[in-house]
Amino acid sequence: MADMMQFDLVSPERRIASYKASAVKLPGAEGDLTAMANHAPLITTLRPGVLHVEGEQGTDEYVVTGGFAQITPEGISVLAEESYHRDEMSQEILDRMIDEVAEKQRKSIEASHNQPGPTDDAAKLLSDMMAMGSHIGLSPKQPNL
Amino acid sequence: MANLKDLKNRISSVKNTRKITKAMQMVAAAKLRRAQEAAENARPYAEQFNGVMGQLASSVGDSPTAPLLLRGTGQEQTYLLVVMTAEKGLCGGFNTNIAKKASARIRQLVSEGKTVKIITVGKKGRAVLRRTYGDMLIDHVDMTDVKRVGYGDAQGIAKNVLDRFDGGEFDVAYIYYGEFENVMTQIPTEQQIIPATFDRPEGDSAAGNTLFDYEPSEEAILADLLPRGVATQIFAALLENGASEQGARMSAMDSATRNADDMVENLNREYNRTRQAVITNELIEIISGAEAL
Repeated sequence: MADMMQFDLVSPERRIASYKASAVKLPGAEGDLTAMANHAPLITTLRPGVLHVEGEQGTDEYVVTGGFAQITPEGISVLAEESYHRDEMSQEILDRMIDEVAEKQRKSIEASHNQPGPTDDAAKLLSDMMAMGSHIGLSPKQPNL
Repeated sequence: MANLKDLKNRISSVKNTRKITKAMQMVAAAKLRRAQEAAENARPYAEQFNGVMGQLASSVGDSPTAPLLLRGTGQEQTYLLVVMTAEKGLCGGFNTNIAKKASARIRQLVSEGKTVKIITVGKKGRAVLRRTYGDMLIDHVDMTDVKRVGYGDAQGIAKNVLDRFDGGEFDVAYIYYGEFENVMTQIPTEQQIIPATFDRPEGDSAAGNTLFDYEPSEEAILADLLPRGVATQIFAALLENGASEQGARMSAMDSATRNADDMVENLNREYNRTRQAVITNELIEIISGAEAL
């Protein structure tokens, strides 16, 4: 059995999960990564995606819309902007999330006159969000841009 | 002498008032429990967030490349005060106390020759501040339709504040809210949100001396997190404020109910005494009438 570490998942409004886990797969800003016990200290921002947590009672999956994670040798704390357990996730929530991001993209295109930097970021956010949706088996609706 | 009919009306009207204050007190008690729960639930995030921010802030320090939100604009000329109060009255001195605290700061800043701008959240504080500092109010956030304060509400306010900061409208920002101590006491609190202040980790704590890797770079993370920190602080303040408002209303309504009790008792006594006097009077009239025969 692999070493266990403390896993915490909190959003601004509530604590979502807190238990021992052996491995956590995170959607890091610069690519997915898996953290296990005694991982080197790391702070990374997250993109929208799915967290896979291997705990004592099997694997849990959580949807996050962004935020950041602090990894220490003793444990990992994920501070999500918004997060749901996979079972709580519904088509309505996904639609709302995608709408919000699409709105942001529209605004950033207007604000930055289609300059590459901010517009690309917003587009990436949107595509990450949609990829996350299809990953958990919901059909991301196509935003009308 | 007040006549019996009038007294009876007064008594029933005070009794009705008492029913209302009693009901409001109970509603406030229920809402208080919910508000406290919400504040409780938000605590782990705020604590961890501040921990990480403190670490980042101390490692980036006061380097000239640090984001403006952390370092400040280098001037202290224009101040933005975000004053958060309740949307409703009937909660004792709650709204006035917060407005008073803010006014004290405004007077001090004005006497130092600074420019002051005010954003109000909740219309009660706006009503108080508009009288004296009407020309300083630049915006108002209406929370009337908000049943339960969510993180989204805080993000909205934070975005408003940050956009103004990016636009160079102010240098320093404070928030004002009522910190919930207990049902009887709510402390009007002032907190600086821009430039950001975070508790730097203690040197001996385990997290304090760990060297973290950052992905993407330290600066990028900091630039991403600082705006979020503003939202988090505003969110925490809104939740505290919500709990404080209900607490203040609960104790205000409790004493109103007790006052109504006293009043009913006094009025009842007066009513009985008057009734007695009327009966005595009638008897005297009958007896003296009989004696005259």
